[in-house]
Amino acid sequence: MLTGTLAELAAALQAGRISSVELTQGLLARIAAHNPALNAFVTVDEEGALAAARAADAARAAGTAGPLTGLPIAHKDVLMTAGLTTSCGSRMLARFTAPYDAHVVAGLKDAGTVLVGKTNMDEFAMGSSNETSFFGPVRNPWQHDHVPGGSSGGSAAAVAARLVPGATGTDTGGSIRQPASFTGICGLKPTYGVCSRYGLVAFASSLDQAGPFARTAEDCALLLNAMAGHDPRDSTSLERPAEDYTRDLARPLAGLRVGLPAEYFGAGVDAEVAAAIEAAIAELRRLGATAVDVRLPNARLAVPVYYVLAPAEASSNLSRFDGVRYGHRAEKYSDLLDMYKKSRAEGFGDEVKRRILVGTYVLSHGYYDAYYLKAQQVRHLIADDFRRAYASCDVILGPTAPTAAFRLGAKSDDPVEMYLNDIFTVAANLAGAPAMSIPCGFTRAGLPIGLQLQGDYFSEARLLNVAHQFQQATDWHRRAPTLASEASPPAPQEVAP
Amino acid sequence: MAISRSDVERIAHLARLEIDAGQAEDVRAKLDAIFALIDELNAVDTRGVVPMAHAQDLSLPLRDDVVTEADRHALFQRTAPAVEDGLYLVPKVIE
Amino acid sequence: MKWEVVIGLETHAQLSTASKIFSGASTAFGAAPNTQAAAVDIALPGVLPVLNRGAVERAIRFGLAVGATINRRSVFARKNYFYPDLPKGYQISQYEIPVVVGGTIVIATPQGDKTVRLTRAHLEEDAGKSLHEDFHGMTGIDLNRAGTPLLEIVSEPDLASSDEAVAYAKTLHALVQWIGICDGNMQEGSFRCDANVSVRPAGETKLGTRCEIKNLNSFRFMQAAIEYEIHRQVALIEDGGRVVQETRLFDPDRNETRSMRSKEDAQDYRYFPDPDLPPLVIGDEWIERVRAALPELPRAMQQRYAADYALPASDAATLTASRGLAAYFEEVLRALGGGAANAKLAANWIQGDVAAALNRAEIGIEQAPVPAAALARLLSRIVDQTISGKIAKDVFDAAWAGEHGGDPDAIIAAKGLTQISDEDALGRIVDDVLAANAAMVAEFKAGKEKAFNALVGQAMKATRGKANPAQVNAILRRRLGG
Repeated sequence: MLTGTLAELAAALQAGRISSVELTQGLLARIAAHNPALNAFVTVDEEGALAAARAADAARAAGTAGPLTGLPIAHKDVLMTAGLTTSCGSRMLARFTAPYDAHVVAGLKDAGTVLVGKTNMDEFAMGSSNETSFFGPVRNPWQHDHVPGGSSGGSAAAVAARLVPGATGTDTGGSIRQPASFTGICGLKPTYGVCSRYGLVAFASSLDQAGPFARTAEDCALLLNAMAGHDPRDSTSLERPAEDYTRDLARPLAGLRVGLPAEYFGAGVDAEVAAAIEAAIAELRRLGATAVDVRLPNARLAVPVYYVLAPAEASSNLSRFDGVRYGHRAEKYSDLLDMYKKSRAEGFGDEVKRRILVGTYVLSHGYYDAYYLKAQQVRHLIADDFRRAYASCDVILGPTAPTAAFRLGAKSDDPVEMYLNDIFTVAANLAGAPAMSIPCGFTRAGLPIGLQLQGDYFSEARLLNVAHQFQQATDWHRRAPTLASEASPPAPQEVAP
Repeated sequence: MAISRSDVERIAHLARLEIDAGQAEDVRAKLDAIFALIDELNAVDTRGVVPMAHAQDLSLPLRDDVVTEADRHALFQRTAPAVEDGLYLVPKVIE
Repeated sequence: MKWEVVIGLETHAQLSTASKIFSGASTAFGAAPNTQAAAVDIALPGVLPVLNRGAVERAIRFGLAVGATINRRSVFARKNYFYPDLPKGYQISQYEIPVVVGGTIVIATPQGDKTVRLTRAHLEEDAGKSLHEDFHGMTGIDLNRAGTPLLEIVSEPDLASSDEAVAYAKTLHALVQWIGICDGNMQEGSFRCDANVSVRPAGETKLGTRCEIKNLNSFRFMQAAIEYEIHRQVALIEDGGRVVQETRLFDPDRNETRSMRSKEDAQDYRYFPDPDLPPLVIGDEWIERVRAALPELPRAMQQRYAADYALPASDAATLTASRGLAAYFEEVLRALGGGAANAKLAANWIQGDVAAALNRAEIGIEQAPVPAAALARLLSRIVDQTISGKIAKDVFDAAWAGEHGGDPDAIIAAKGLTQISDEDALGRIVDDVLAANAAMVAEFKAGKEKAFNALVGQAMKATRGKANPAQVNAILRRRLGG
C-alpha cells in the first residue's frame, strides 16, 4: 500500500484504509532503509512530517480534506522551506536555514501535503547527473552505479524508489525531464510563468520553472493544481484564470496531431532509445493520433544558446553568495577582496564556478554582443521554430535524452559531453513552453527510457491528457526498481566547520 | 574564441573566484572546450532578429507604494557569518 | 593659456516613496541598522523584485516637468559589481533604455538665462551604507538604505563654471521638491551630486579627459570641489602632465579631491537586461493623468508674476524658491484683492520681515506662526492707512510672538496703534511741535531741508509713531509755507 500512486493513496486515505500518520511513518521507514544507498534526501524532517500528517488526519476527520491532504511529498533542496535547511546542494548554503516558504512550497502545504524532506540535487541546479552536489552523488534506483540524471536527481530517485509518491523539481534546461527519463517516472516542466519562482533559488531566471515529479500523469496534474497560480511576488508570474490540470485526462486521443521533428531522430540518439520512441509513436497512433512531420531547423543551436544565456544569468544570480549576509565565509582571508574570492572559491564546486566564469565572460566588455546578444537572437529563432511547428501539430514528440542513464563518473570530467545530454530538453526552456517526460521503455540493460512531449504555451492539460492516455494503454510507469538496500552508502563530502 | 590564461584571470577576478595556480590550466582547457561549442552560434545569420530576453511577452506589473514589510532582521541574521549591533561585519572597506 | 571648463552633473534624487523601489520595506530615514532591510533588500536567496508604482509615477512627473520624453517602454538592467553594501552583487538600474530622455533645466547666470540640456533620467535602487567606525578592525554594513528608489538625472556637459554647476544643482534641487518627488534633504543624502569635470584650451572643440568627483553633499562643497579640481587639472597640464580619467572623492576637511582607491579596479559592469523584470510599459493615459496633476512650475510662475504684477525678476525668483513660499505669497495677494501695488507690498514683506523672522527661527514658511491670512490682514491695515508701515513691523513682531492670538487687528486695538489721520487733530499736534521747536523752524527757513525731516520726526514722536506721516508732511508744508 505504501508504494501506491498519489491518486491511489488519496483514495486509501479517503476510504480510511490508512491514515496519513501511518502512511508517513511507513514512508519515513522506507527512506531510513533505502536513502543511505540512494542519497536522494539531504534532509529528512521526521518531526515536521508527522506533525503535518496528524494535522492532515484531523482535517480529514473534520471533513475539510482536499485531494492532496495527507499525502507525503519531498521538495528539491533549491526551494525555500521555512525552518528547514535549504542548501541547493552546495557547501555555500550547507548551514542555511530558510526563513520563508517558496510559493510552490506554500501551495502544496496549503493543499495539505506532508513534507517529509528535501532532496539532493546538482549544486545550484547546475548539472545533468547529480554528481555536482556537495552532499555526494545520488544513485539511480534502477542501477546504483548509474546516475539518476540531474539536476533534480534526488527528487526523481526518491519517487522512482517509491520513497515518496510525488516530489517537486525545477527545470532550467531539462532538470525535471531528464532525471524523470533516467529513473522511469513522469516529470513536467510547465509554461514559464505558470509556477511562481518566488522562493526558488535562481539559477537562470528567464528559464527556471518548478514542476512536479510523480509516477503517473494524473499525479503530476494533481500536484500541478496546487503549485500553479499567479503570485504578485514574482513579476514574471502569469495572471491567468486557475486551471484544473486533470480536466482533460480522460479525453480520447482521436484527432491528436503528433509532430515528429527529424532533428530529434537523427544521429546521436541511442538505438535502443530510438526504438522505444518509435514504439511509443506506434502506440499513440493506435490510440487515434496521427503523425505529422515538423521542422525545428534551429534545434541543434539550442545547447550553445543555452550555455551562453544560462551561465550569464547564473553568474549574476550567484553574486549574492559573497559570504557577507549568509552562507559560507572563508575562515582565513587577508582583506575584503580576498574574503570574497576565498569564500566563493570554497563555497562553490567546480561546475558552478565554471558556469560563473562562462557567464562572466560572455557578459564582459567586448563580448556581450558577440555572445549574449547573439544567443538572445538565436533564442528568438528557436522560439519561432516552435510557433511555426504548432501551426500543424498539437504536441511534439521525441526522446527526452539521447541515451538512457549513464554510469557515475562517465562524463563528469567532460563538461561539453555532459551538456550535450540536454540537447532535446533545453529548447522548451528557451521558448518558455511546457514539456514533460514519461517512461516509454527500458534498455536491454534494464534502464528506463523517457518519451518527451512538448506543447505550445499553456498546453499542460493537453500534454497530461496524452501522457495519461498513453499510460492507460501501457505499463512502463508501473515497473519498479528492485531496491538493493544493502548497497554501500556513498560517502558524503565532509562539511567544513 | 580561444580562451587564454589571462582571460581566465580577468573573469575570475571579475567574478571574485580564487583559482588555484595548479588548477588554472584545467579550468582554461575546459572553458576553451565550452567556447568551442558556443562558437557554433557565430555562423548563424541573425540580422534583424530581435533579442529575446524573456520567455513571455509581458509588461512589468507594478506594486502599490505601501509599506508591507516588518522588521525581521533578527531572523535574517541568525545564519549570518558575522554580525554586531544589527550590522553585518566585513573586512575593512577602503574608499 | 586660457582654459575652458566643461562640467556635467549626475544627480541622485531619492524618490519620496513610502516603500522601497522593489520591496515593501519602509524608506524612513534613521531607523536602527537593518530593521528596514526586507528579504528582497538583503537579497535572500529566492526572493524577487516587484516595482513600486510610486517610483515610476515620480519619474514621469520629473520627465514632464523638464519637458522630456517619457519612454513608453523602458528596461531594467543589472549592473554587476561586488561591494558589501550591494547585497545582490548587482544594482538594478536602467541602462540602454531609461524611462526619461532629454529635457532641459533653465538656470540664471550673470549673463542671463542659460538652458542646460538633460541627457536622461533613469530609475535605480540605492545601495546600503558602510559604517567605518571600528568594529574590531571591521566595517559594519547597514542595508536600510538598500533599495531606496533613486532617480539618476544626468546633464549634458553644458556647464562652464563652478557657479553654473551650483546654479544648476540648486535649480534642480528646488524643482524636485517643487514637484514633490524628493524631500531634498542633503544632510540625509536625499539629493546627491557627482560632477564630471574636464578642462580644455579655450577654443578647443574636443573634450578633455574628465574626472568624476563624488561626495558633493552640499552646494558649498560642490563649488569648492569643482574649483579645486579645475585648478588641479590646469596645473597638471601646464606642468606637462596628463589628466587620468578616474573617480575622485572630495574631502571637505582638506578642501581637496583625491583619487578613490576602491574604484581603481577596471570597471566592467556586465550590464544585461534583468530577467526578473519584464519591460516597464507606461501608457499615454497614465502620462496624461500625471500631467493633469502637475503643479504650475516655478519658471511659468515667475513669468506670470512679471507679466501680471510687474514684479522684478529677482522678486519673482525669490518668491518661487519653494512651492510653499509661492503659495504663501499667492494667498496673501489673493486676500489683499490682487493688483500690482499689493503684489509689490506683499513681495517686500515676504522677502523682508517674514524671511528674516523665518531665518531667525530656522523654520520653513509652512511653520510660520503668522500664516498668510494674518499677514494679509496686517498689510490691508497699511493699505487702508489704519497703521503706518513702521507700526506694522511692531504688529508683525507681536503677531509672530503670538500676542492676542496672533491677530493683527486685536494687537492694533489692544495697543492703541491705530494711525491718527484726523486733519484737525494732526493740525494741533503740528502746531505744538512748531511752537516747541522754534530753532528748527528757523533752520528750515534758512534753507536747511534736513530740519523739515526733524520736525516730521518730532510730530511722529509726539504721537508714538501713530500719526499718518503723509498727512503730517502735508500739514507741515502748509504751515511753513513751503
